[in-house]
Amino acid sequence: MLTQEQVSLNSSSIEREVLLSVRNLRVWFELRRFGFGIVGHVRAVDGVSFDLHRGEAIAVVGESGCGKSSLMRTILGLHRPTEGQVLFEGKDIHALGRDGMRWYRSQVGYVQQDPYGALPPFMNVERILEEPLLIAGVRDRRERQDRIRRVLEEVKLFPVEDYLGKFPHMLSGGQQQRVVIARAMILNPKLIVADEPVSMLDASVRVEILKLLRSLQERHNLAFLYITHDLSTVKYFSERIFVMYAGRLIEKAPIRSLLEHPLHPYTHALLAATSDPDAENARRFKEVPPGEPPSLVKPPNGCRFHPRCNRMIQGLCEVQEPPEFEPYPAHLTSCWLYKE
Amino acid sequence: MDQNKKLLRIENLVLYFNTTQGPVQAVDGVNFELDANRAVVILGESGCGKSSLAKAILRLLPRNAGAYSGHIYLEGKDIMSLSEEEFRQNIRWAAISMVPQAAMNALNPVIRVGDQVAEPAMIHLGVDKAEAFSLVQKMFQHVGVPADFISRYPFELSGGMRQRVAIAMALVTSPKLIILDEPTSALDVLTQANIFNVLKRIKKELGTSFILITHDIATSSELADDVAVMYAGQIVERADADRFFHEPLHPYSRMLMASVPRLRADQEPEFISGQPPSLISPPTGCRFAERCPLRFAKCDEAPPVFEVDGRKVRCWKYA
Repeated sequence: MLTQEQVSLNSSSIEREVLLSVRNLRVWFELRRFGFGIVGHVRAVDGVSFDLHRGEAIAVVGESGCGKSSLMRTILGLHRPTEGQVLFEGKDIHALGRDGMRWYRSQVGYVQQDPYGALPPFMNVERILEEPLLIAGVRDRRERQDRIRRVLEEVKLFPVEDYLGKFPHMLSGGQQQRVVIARAMILNPKLIVADEPVSMLDASVRVEILKLLRSLQERHNLAFLYITHDLSTVKYFSERIFVMYAGRLIEKAPIRSLLEHPLHPYTHALLAATSDPDAENARRFKEVPPGEPPSLVKPPNGCRFHPRCNRMIQGLCEVQEPPEFEPYPAHLTSCWLYKE
Repeated sequence: MDQNKKLLRIENLVLYFNTTQGPVQAVDGVNFELDANRAVVILGESGCGKSSLAKAILRLLPRNAGAYSGHIYLEGKDIMSLSEEEFRQNIRWAAISMVPQAAMNALNPVIRVGDQVAEPAMIHLGVDKAEAFSLVQKMFQHVGVPADFISRYPFELSGGMRQRVAIAMALVTSPKLIILDEPTSALDVLTQANIFNVLKRIKKELGTSFILITHDIATSSELADDVAVMYAGQIVERADADRFFHEPLHPYSRMLMASVPRLRADQEPEFISGQPPSLISPPTGCRFAERCPLRFAKCDEAPPVFEVDGRKVRCWKYA
């Protein structure tokens, strides 16, 4: 059951102002043969809609190839949508001009998955952090240095002097990820997009980085889009969770509601496959849906999960695509099992 | 218990690497035992020497290997004293095989997977190609790769399928022991669960033993009968899985366990502050002392291994 506090949290998130709105987004990539002649499309994102409120943290969970990275890259403005819109503070980001895009990039920070790959090896920490400020047009050298100092203290890399001159290879994985986070934070963004920010880190550091991200989120009232395949970390971090499968969001729910009563059979499978440390695990087999995620070039008709689903309804699931149902307040799923 | 009955017994194993700054003490006096048809998990953070331990067992030494000593008994026979050629012929892949880290990307892209899996069988078992292929087919069945994948190239397979092929390659010579180095760290949760189902089935049906090397505590419990926790080149705790996952002894194991985010419990994960010591000049006392909340005066001396009702722990608290 939801506690009183969580209910009020959920309702307050509904009343909060919308920061980012994704409307019926489709991102298709052309498949060409010998460089010309389109022979099909990879439907990486195929009809995704959601609103992200100011100061809200949402986790997007899905397996590799489900389109979560394409969704994220489109929100960052790196891909153009085939259809639909991404609205940030009401403005369509793909209709912004050059200057508009520069403004947008200062509003959105990006935390990459592999910190070492994300940091230029030939720049020291000070230069890495100065770069965004220079691009954003902070002319005053003093101010730049002040802001670098402040942001390094925020990500708890102190004494700051010890880190300014260091190059990425001289830092541990956790410290590198802190520099990446500092770089994402330095322009005081309103939204942070984090792509598996802790999957490359050791267990003991992982929690430290998640806690840092959460404290930054709370202190600055940041909106967060946290992309991951690890369900066990999301509840410490986000208020809502979206489950993505084959280019679509198949379940959108407040985190408690999803953990207490998952709806979509795919969500059930993901939860069942996630292990907690328990010696009993070694004595039982896990139930895993057969097969693999479908090709995004020719996704199955009807519900995209139906070929792997053990609760498929003959004559319905393989024919008609399920719309969104809302069996619990604010808990939506695209599955025919929940037809009213 | 008769020590010769143990499948694998490692005594005081040492592997150092030479660097310009001095020797890196990657594996520094490791002892452990493994019974037949059991799985031991070696848990540790990156840089603790767990992959070096795997290399030391299989004698896969890089060019900068320095000191390499100790005893490895396989069914009572010391394999450290074997010559390089004897080791290659009788031990590596014949008795002990390995699924290396990121094995799914280690397959040769221009050779069909069937040929790659057949190769160790032809070399170590001396069988002809037809017989090797029938073995490959049998192994593909065990690991759940469809039979017609035998003539495919690695790029035609998904990550999970390639990982199964790598496991089939380790299985094809019917070794007694398979060393798995982070077998699922690059895979999705459903694929991970699938691979662990495969490993459990192999253990049950073929009686194989496993050494599973990983930093992922939650998934390690999927296969573990025993657990060994490694820190800064040494094993600091050794216990059966039931008691370990319930209540570990060593302060490091406890903190490691507390750092695991849990799906089914509402406990706030904690982190371990600080960093592991340098393996070039490790502290003379307990190697974990600097990060340990329970340290006391005694910790300036190196702790020996204490036995606590059958579990072994390297910590003065249990003196």
